[in-house]
Amino acid sequence: MTNILVEWVIKTVVILLILVTAVAYLTFLERKVMGWIQLRVGPNRVGPLGLLQPLADGLKMIFKEDIIPSQSNKWLYILAPALSLVPALMTFIVIPYGSEITLFGRTIELHVTRMNVGLLYIFALTSVGVYGIVLAGWSSNNKYSLMGGLRSSAQMISYELALGLSIVSVLLYSGSLDLVEIVNKQGGWLGHTGWNVFRFPLMFVFIIFYIASLAETNRTPFDLPEADSELVAGYHTEYSSMKFVMFQMAEYLNLITSSSIATALFLGGWNGPFVGRLPILGPVYFAIKALALIVTAMWIRYTVPRFRYDQLMRFGWTTMLPIAIINIIITATVILLFP
Amino acid sequence: MEKASTIIFIVFAAAAVLSALNILLQRNPLYSALSLIVTLLSLSALYLTLHAEFIAVIQIVVYAGAIMVLFIFVIMLLNVPAVQPQIEKQKGLRYLAIPFAGILIAETFYVVLSIGKRTMPSVPVGTEAQAVGTTWSIGTSLFTDYLLPFEVTSVLILMAVVGAMVLARREGD
Repeated sequence: MTNILVEWVIKTVVILLILVTAVAYLTFLERKVMGWIQLRVGPNRVGPLGLLQPLADGLKMIFKEDIIPSQSNKWLYILAPALSLVPALMTFIVIPYGSEITLFGRTIELHVTRMNVGLLYIFALTSVGVYGIVLAGWSSNNKYSLMGGLRSSAQMISYELALGLSIVSVLLYSGSLDLVEIVNKQGGWLGHTGWNVFRFPLMFVFIIFYIASLAETNRTPFDLPEADSELVAGYHTEYSSMKFVMFQMAEYLNLITSSSIATALFLGGWNGPFVGRLPILGPVYFAIKALALIVTAMWIRYTVPRFRYDQLMRFGWTTMLPIAIINIIITATVILLFP
Repeated sequence: MEKASTIIFIVFAAAAVLSALNILLQRNPLYSALSLIVTLLSLSALYLTLHAEFIAVIQIVVYAGAIMVLFIFVIMLLNVPAVQPQIEKQKGLRYLAIPFAGILIAETFYVVLSIGKRTMPSVPVGTEAQAVGTTWSIGTSLFTDYLLPFEVTSVLILMAVVGAMVLARREGD
């Protein structure tokens, strides 16, 4: 019993450290990618190749003055960043990074825990995460913040439907809500042997899922909650110092979560060449696939203009939702006809 | 292990009761709504201690995640002033409240006492997938034993949706 507890604690700490580092370097990567796309160099002054830039940014943010607006609702104002960061961190315990490795004579499964409702657990947390943004917008007592918070909640409710329905098709194939089980069903070398993204209706589902997850994580072209040209900075206009950093971290964590889920559901998770013989390759493949999806999201951010708000809602309800429902019907029919 | 689950039960049961009381005591509707979210989350934790994982997660997704977001959305949009307008009190109703509260309390006592006498049925031994409250067991019973009520409920919800759209529709749209 204590052994399992110790193992959980160690895994959680390791994942937490990796995530925090990953978030710091994603901000760096984001600026680099932006630089390449706009034919610039990007940050290259701090350290070799600019690699120490996230460290400098972090130090700068810590020493900024922490401002709490006098007319704000103080308690909710302080609570809001935590409410958006904590659920974002909690999702990572069910994501499988690899199969099993043997370390110091112990077989260690490369996921913190598995539950038979793993996927729904992630959905529950993302739906709770919206409160952070909504309360930040409301408690700031600023009209731009409030608009950002309201837009964000409306957007998340609308796109959660398409996201949830697109996953149903995957569940029909795998017959389980457990992410480990879903990845196990996609075993094999490369796509043609089992990745969900190469099966007939699921490749379209993947596109729907990816678009909806971009909207869920408030990435461009769906970043209406923080549209700088209309809302200054949206829900975190009034925030400064580490509270602002917490929102930024939550945003990048959500990006990592959505990419990881897409990897596990559609791209075969940790599966890849030689992974059966060398299980340590699993996390490497997982990281490569997730990173590819993250870079794609950045690429989209700097090439596609932002939606107008009514276009966004119409797109969600009249395009994404029907396609997701039709996909379920097609998938069910295909499974019924060709078991 | 037994002890740990008892402690977890006490913590979350206390949280559920206290936040439920807070819903009633708060003047600000936003605080009441937030307390309700805490109540729902604590209830979901209690479901988890009963190994009803699916119900626990659905509780969060549907109630805490979707319905309460809409509540808060409406409260924020209406932007209720901090000073509450005095609600016109109807004197007659106040006197009616006392017997009703008495009936409710008596009913609660009756239920609690009758539970105390009964012995709990032993938990059915089976595989994890067959336990009550998991995705498998709920899905199976929804689509076999309770198919008709399930379908009728969905028609009912569809009617509610259509009704809401008809009511919300502006003239000349």
